[in-house]
Amino acid sequence: MITTDILIIGAGPTGLFTVFEAGLLKLKCHLIDALPQPGGQCSEIYPKKPIYDIPAYPEILAGDLTHKLIEQSKQFKPGFTLGERAETIDKQEDGTFIVTTNKGTKHHAKIVAIAGGLGSFEPRKPLISNIQKFEDKGVEYIIKEPELYRDKKVVISGGGDSALDWAVFLSNIASEVTLIHRRNEFRGALDSVEKVQELKNLGKIRLITPAEVKGILGTDKVTGVAVQKEGEDAFIVDADHFIPLFGLSPKLGPIGNWGLEIEKNAIKVNNALDYQTNIPGVYAIGDVNTYPGKLKLILCGFHEATLMCQSAYKRIFPDKKYVMKYTTVGGVDGFDGTRKEAPKAVVKAIQ
Amino acid sequence: MSLDINIKITDRNGVIHEVVAPTDMAMNLMEIVRSYELAEEGTIGICGGMAMCASCQCYVNSEHKLPEMTDDEDAMLAEAFHVQDNSRLGCQIQMTSEMDGLEVELAPEI
Repeated sequence: MITTDILIIGAGPTGLFTVFEAGLLKLKCHLIDALPQPGGQCSEIYPKKPIYDIPAYPEILAGDLTHKLIEQSKQFKPGFTLGERAETIDKQEDGTFIVTTNKGTKHHAKIVAIAGGLGSFEPRKPLISNIQKFEDKGVEYIIKEPELYRDKKVVISGGGDSALDWAVFLSNIASEVTLIHRRNEFRGALDSVEKVQELKNLGKIRLITPAEVKGILGTDKVTGVAVQKEGEDAFIVDADHFIPLFGLSPKLGPIGNWGLEIEKNAIKVNNALDYQTNIPGVYAIGDVNTYPGKLKLILCGFHEATLMCQSAYKRIFPDKKYVMKYTTVGGVDGFDGTRKEAPKAVVKAIQ
Repeated sequence: MSLDINIKITDRNGVIHEVVAPTDMAMNLMEIVRSYELAEEGTIGICGGMAMCASCQCYVNSEHKLPEMTDDEDAMLAEAFHVQDNSRLGCQIQMTSEMDGLEVELAPEI
């Protein structure tokens, strides 16, 4: 069991900044994120795109913003549970919470801060009527264990980087790799595109374009897929595995069943006070919340995180006196033993 | 001269909405849909208008000369679902006076 003061669900910019603000109040944080790396949308969707409305940064790339937030929060030694999705929440008799992920990792926290953005990123599933029946029986949307494909016949569909990269990677493991895409053109890093071309020329990757997988064959498990080129009859490609790689899309997911008040696919919070939800002790900050006048901006998430941490402190220590202190005045004491402070002026006579 | 144009949008439930869109606010079709709340928040414009999610896909049913597709939009539509010949991403259609009378239908939610 992982224990912490504030359990943050979502390691995007708002979640990461929460670690810093909580740290100033000597509260320890742990973050859960469904993605394998922190940064949320900033690292998953648009790391190379510029943002122009982060105060004091005339321009910063989303990926760089993530790095700086991680650097800023590092001194407060946050814990991470990455690649797992927060699934259930159980309020304990003492008012604390246990949050369990889809992989069964349990987290015990005094406060839960949902900074989930638009939700957890889930693979986009192609529209094939019987696809659900074959999930984990030959259909995988995410490649977790490449060895699973050793000496197997694999069909990959998709036209982006992950389809290209995995086709290249699996061509050394699987007995057959077929890559199917709706267009003749692929969108990816030049390296990957060229590598696929090379492997195709060597006969190590079979390319079928422009085409689509229209159906899956098999009884208990995948034995093949029906492929159709535009204007032609469908034909069958034998396969042990079918891996559709069409990117990720965010879904609110299990959080939607936690008994929180939901409006417009977002969690309603009290913005007059502290961004608390209808469940005392559970807060929602950043893009995941809604209130009158809400703006889904990173800078608004930072503000919400800051106020939320003050409220969390009061909830954890109802009788302890505290007033906010400027970091310039008080400095910053990290949980890693570091201390940052403004240089002291000296008082010395000049002769 | 009015800076507003008229657009006809069929929502995901088949309901037709005739809306007025400003041309002086650098808005695109996806943002018009959101401003009139014609699709539920969180189901459209997920990437914010970067042609990276296809949640604003629509079918253009009028004969307007549309801005040419960028490589990004083209590649996104190559991977999107429910794509038809007249599919476009709403976030890539800017509201200009040439778009007056545009008729579009929102593609199903993904």
